[in-house]
Amino acid sequence: MSTLEIAAHVDARGLSCPMPIVRTAQAMKNVGAGQLVEVLATDPGSVKDFEAWTKSTGNTMVESGVEGGVYRFVLRHK
Amino acid sequence: MTAIAEPELATPVAPEASPAPAEPEAEPKTHDVLLINYSGELEKVWALMILASTSAAMGARTRVFVTFWGLLAFVKDERRITGQNWMQKMLSFMQRPGISHRKLSKLNFLGMGPWMMGKLAKQYNVSSPKELLELAQELGVEFMPCQMTMDMYGLTRDDLIEGMGEPVGAATVIGLMQEGSAPLFI
Repeated sequence: MSTLEIAAHVDARGLSCPMPIVRTAQAMKNVGAGQLVEVLATDPGSVKDFEAWTKSTGNTMVESGVEGGVYRFVLRHK
Repeated sequence: MTAIAEPELATPVAPEASPAPAEPEAEPKTHDVLLINYSGELEKVWALMILASTSAAMGARTRVFVTFWGLLAFVKDERRITGQNWMQKMLSFMQRPGISHRKLSKLNFLGMGPWMMGKLAKQYNVSSPKELLELAQELGVEFMPCQMTMDMYGLTRDDLIEGMGEPVGAATVIGLMQEGSAPLFI
């Protein structure tokens, strides 16, 4: 695992659409430009959703992966 | 070879591959989103709240025009009878207003349907319409009540939940569409 400096964490495990995205958007509001937010989610739909979300918000996906049914996304505030 | 194509004089036949290259990946362009909420049934209001909160979360300026039956979901939950004259009062009696009192359009079965939906939603961690409404407001979704509907139902601004915008009319909605808001009618 890389040593990224995470500014905020979002635990959306167990939550279904649209909460992973909504909670992440809220967390993004509280971090500055260039800072990272880590999201944990179990909703399989969130993979595609975060793709669409980064595309329209302009934030970037730094890392994404899945381990034991938990998706992990690291997103950088634009 | 997928990199930025330098201006080559002989442009190969590429029907729609090169409309104004502009600056590479400038600001992602998002349209404003305009949801027109006409229906007051549980399933429609639920879908509306999911789309509205998501739209705001995706950085789009999001407005919801609330009209006809839709407005019933934006009356304070604790209001039981609303309206000024007997017909308006009767209507609110027959169809209880408030977001927590929505009925399903099908399989309502005197409240059994919504109750089971609520149970299932809890079990599968799906947020309720009310929770989603609060999130949507937090994320900056603008809810605009329809003035004409308010008059017809005899609703005052005090009957409506906190944080509703100014009452507006159809011209505002059409105007927003003409300005390029992506509209959706629910």
